[in-house]
Amino acid sequence: MEAIAAIGRGTLGTVQTLGNAGLFILYALWAAVTPPYRFKRVIAEIEFIGAKSFLIIFVTALFTGMVLALQGYYTLSKFGAQGVLGSAVALSIIRELGPVLCALMVTGRAGSAITAEIGIMKITDQVPALEMMAIEPIKFIVSPKIIAALISLPLLTAFFDLVGILGGYLVGVLMLGVNEGSFFGEMIRATEFADIYGGLIKAVAFGFLISWISCFIGYNAKATTEGVSSATTNAVVMTSLSILVIDYVITSVLL
Amino acid sequence: MIRVENLNNKFGHITTANNVSCHFEEKKVTVLLGGSGSGKSTLLKQMVGLGRPDSGSIMFDGKDITSLGRKEIYELRKKMGMLFQGSALFNSLNIFENIAFPLREHTSLSDSVIKTIIKIKLEMVGLRGVEHMMPSQLSGGMTKRVGLARAIVLDPKVVFYDEPTSGLDPIASGVIDKLILDLNKKLGVTSIVVSHDIESAFRIADKIMILFYGNLIAEGTPEEIKNSSDPKVRQFVEGSPDGPIPFTLTDKDFIEDILID
Repeated sequence: MEAIAAIGRGTLGTVQTLGNAGLFILYALWAAVTPPYRFKRVIAEIEFIGAKSFLIIFVTALFTGMVLALQGYYTLSKFGAQGVLGSAVALSIIRELGPVLCALMVTGRAGSAITAEIGIMKITDQVPALEMMAIEPIKFIVSPKIIAALISLPLLTAFFDLVGILGGYLVGVLMLGVNEGSFFGEMIRATEFADIYGGLIKAVAFGFLISWISCFIGYNAKATTEGVSSATTNAVVMTSLSILVIDYVITSVLL
Repeated sequence: MIRVENLNNKFGHITTANNVSCHFEEKKVTVLLGGSGSGKSTLLKQMVGLGRPDSGSIMFDGKDITSLGRKEIYELRKKMGMLFQGSALFNSLNIFENIAFPLREHTSLSDSVIKTIIKIKLEMVGLRGVEHMMPSQLSGGMTKRVGLARAIVLDPKVVFYDEPTSGLDPIASGVIDKLILDLNKKLGVTSIVVSHDIESAFRIADKIMILFYGNLIAEGTPEEIKNSSDPKVRQFVEGSPDGPIPFTLTDKDFIEDILID
């Protein structure tokens, strides 16, 4: 009996959290599109979520492209099809690895920082201080982060795609000696515009997920040291898992 | 100025307000005293609309805060300032930007006017010259003074102080006491102080109220409180660990508790 009650309590708790998360994001989006607009805050957040992620995205993308070329060359050479290496690298990166890895890296770097920042603002009374200064905390803290993530993630993903292909070129053409003409020729022949915008749609969706989950968990963190540390861990885990699940959903819809 | 009427509030089975009625007079310093868990911080939060009580009303300027919508509360808050226990400065902004924040949000004053206002406010709290420092570079007492400068930057009618002297050394506490009195006397600001610092309360209060587990057990001038014969008030004033306000949390008999287990 107790076990069944526990399941019921757990389910009710989850449903309530999901409902709160839904209301939270609706309010944040509504606040984002009503004046006064906070352009400066959005720019500052784009700098934090987007611009400051460039280096980490560069390194991730470069090595992803390089290892893809290495693995792809090994597999394709079994069939004597090294010539299509360019399209294999480009399609895997543009359709799948670019948006997903980019989102996972941003989650680790910026998502965790967002949760911790909002959590610490709560502990140190900065959130009620905003309230007392007659400023809506969600509009001030959360909405700019969501807009910034929606803008940053597609741009970072495009950058990832570019660098990833460069990495593939370095290993495939310069190191393993695949013909340069067939590397790029195959890539251009096989890659369609739908592949590119499919990847960018994913990026926008992931940007939304990262900012939504990180902000929501940070905003609802218990106002203690443990509360913030566990909220940060939760935010990274929840965001990463949601990215993988939503990635599957979007892929199956777009195919 | 602020009138609390028949306020009741509970968190689970902990009562934070049991039919509390009290009046905070205009242009006076009122100190709400109480131990930890007495419900004083909750009452403060409800007075500024950061929380809603279970029942009762809180009249501010003729409006009942407990039933106002977000927009109306925000309008009222422009007439309120609050000094938080931990100062609640934005640690990403320097002192100047911290104090300028409410001005930039709610006024369209030019930069040079804002600069002048901030100089005046910092002079008031005796800290002119720290504009370009970050909050982390200041001591606890100094951040409180900056927090106070920010709280009064929009010239509020009422300033709320949440434990203004807790965690400060005696000199820094004395400075804060003096600032509270200065603001009250020079600007006519209504001051509401929530505190457990009895010494400080006697120095600054026009009126003291003592809250005990959600019940208002005493109300009067510092003299009246000092000379009160109520044992609960005496215990609070003298700071004795045991008395009518019990030392232990449970009212179960100790011997019985041990023997039964």
